[in-house]
Amino acid sequence: MEWLQQLVNGISIGSIYALIALGYTMVYGIIKLINFAHGDVFMIGAFIGFWAISRWDIGFLPALLLAMVICAVLGVIIERVAYKRLRNSTRIAALITAIGVSLLIENLMIFFRGAQSAVYPATIENKAINVFGAQISSLSLLILGVSIFLMLLLQFIVHKTKIGKAMRAVSHDAEAAKLMGINVDNTISATFAIGSALAGAAGVIFGLYYTRIDPLMGIVPGIKAFIAAVLGGIGSIPGAMVGGMLLGVVETFVSAMGFSSWRDAAAFLILIIILIFKPSGLFGKNTREKV
Amino acid sequence: MLQVNNINVFYGNIQALHDVSIDVQEGEIVTLIGANGAGKSTLLKTLSGLLKPKTGDIVYLGNKISGKPAQSIVKAGMSHVPEGRRVFANLTVEENLELGAYLRNDKAGIAKDMAHVYELFPRLLERKKQLSGTLSGGEQQMLAMGRALMAKPKILLMDEPSMGLAPLMVKAIFDIIRMVNAEGTTVLLVEQNAHMALSVASRAYVLETGRIVLSGSAKELQESDEVRAAYLGGL
Repeated sequence: MEWLQQLVNGISIGSIYALIALGYTMVYGIIKLINFAHGDVFMIGAFIGFWAISRWDIGFLPALLLAMVICAVLGVIIERVAYKRLRNSTRIAALITAIGVSLLIENLMIFFRGAQSAVYPATIENKAINVFGAQISSLSLLILGVSIFLMLLLQFIVHKTKIGKAMRAVSHDAEAAKLMGINVDNTISATFAIGSALAGAAGVIFGLYYTRIDPLMGIVPGIKAFIAAVLGGIGSIPGAMVGGMLLGVVETFVSAMGFSSWRDAAAFLILIIILIFKPSGLFGKNTREKV
Repeated sequence: MLQVNNINVFYGNIQALHDVSIDVQEGEIVTLIGANGAGKSTLLKTLSGLLKPKTGDIVYLGNKISGKPAQSIVKAGMSHVPEGRRVFANLTVEENLELGAYLRNDKAGIAKDMAHVYELFPRLLERKKQLSGTLSGGEQQMLAMGRALMAKPKILLMDEPSMGLAPLMVKAIFDIIRMVNAEGTTVLLVEQNAHMALSVASRAYVLETGRIVLSGSAKELQESDEVRAAYLGGL
């Protein structure tokens, strides 16, 4: 039952990628920007969670919520300060700005607390649970549970609430959305807030699972989540979820087969293959230019 | 109800409207006719706040609205059915209609108006759970109109509702325009199909390269030689 164990591990790591990928895909969907600072919001979330648990001792769930709230605010600040004024400039200008914001956040963090890594306290007891003969860690199940809950919550927000409908309308046609009386600026900010909150949550559960965090920890998971978003079809919310899980499972199986040093290579290979053969991704729509 | 006083509108350095003045009285159907690129859509976009006039002002129900954001203009009761319908293709018919009522909070009133829209357009009721991108052009035009009506407008701005539709559908759409007007909504209609437009309107303006060149009652314009030669196929 080794494979079942690996599958559960893969899905729970994948669900972390999926949470980050959702932020990429939502922001891309609404302003057509790959927000490369997103991985750093994830890093900030991990640190907020770390401080909340180890210094302020508020427990896992309150720490998770606090990280989500602070990351949401950070996401809105980044959007208002850096991206909003570039909305009518070329896409490459916004992309370069995103890379600049990413470097700024990483280096500010190093400046204020140093580059050394920190070790997450073990607040949650990790024990092996026997399921059909497979040893599954309770931490993996917790990660999976939290991620699935957040994804269901997101689906509810996007499909059932007014702001969710406004987000979908703006991503399809911002000018027509204005004619409905939708405040496009606030809707874009809400998208950043929600995406960043999910990245913050991903940061906290990543810290619990891998235990070691540092100011540059957002780079690789950020790129992996970007791959997951492209794999699922950039702009597609279900795509980001499936893409993240799939990437996690592939990586875990590559490691399990004894090629753990090839794990990252496998992720990039997926990106290259997708970009060559199906650039719209698994769930992406065939983009057709409007007449 | 609506007065436009000498507005000048630019796209960058290019002037799209030159000293345009029009007025619309409550309860009327007024039409703007003119060729492609004459500035008809520009005028509607300026009215609904998507574009800002450089000079001149727009007064609606006694308040100056030029330069105000689009949402406050929708809130004041002016709805714009844009050219090319622009329905939210990734949303269902019902969700599109709900977004039309985005600024309203009166649940009962919204439900009542939604039922009324479905009465006007039974086709939309049949397709309410369908993604609007899968509708035909005529159905999308109905949806765009229904969506605008959900805001409970006092005045409806309609941009080329007949564009790309089969003659039978054009007739159906114009019947609805008459019906909506009879229920008390003022209509400002932009059309290339001058024949249809003049048949429903009480007054008309003719726009040429960003300037109003003619205006008068629809009947006068229908009989004017210039209009007949240029817009009614020289009948």
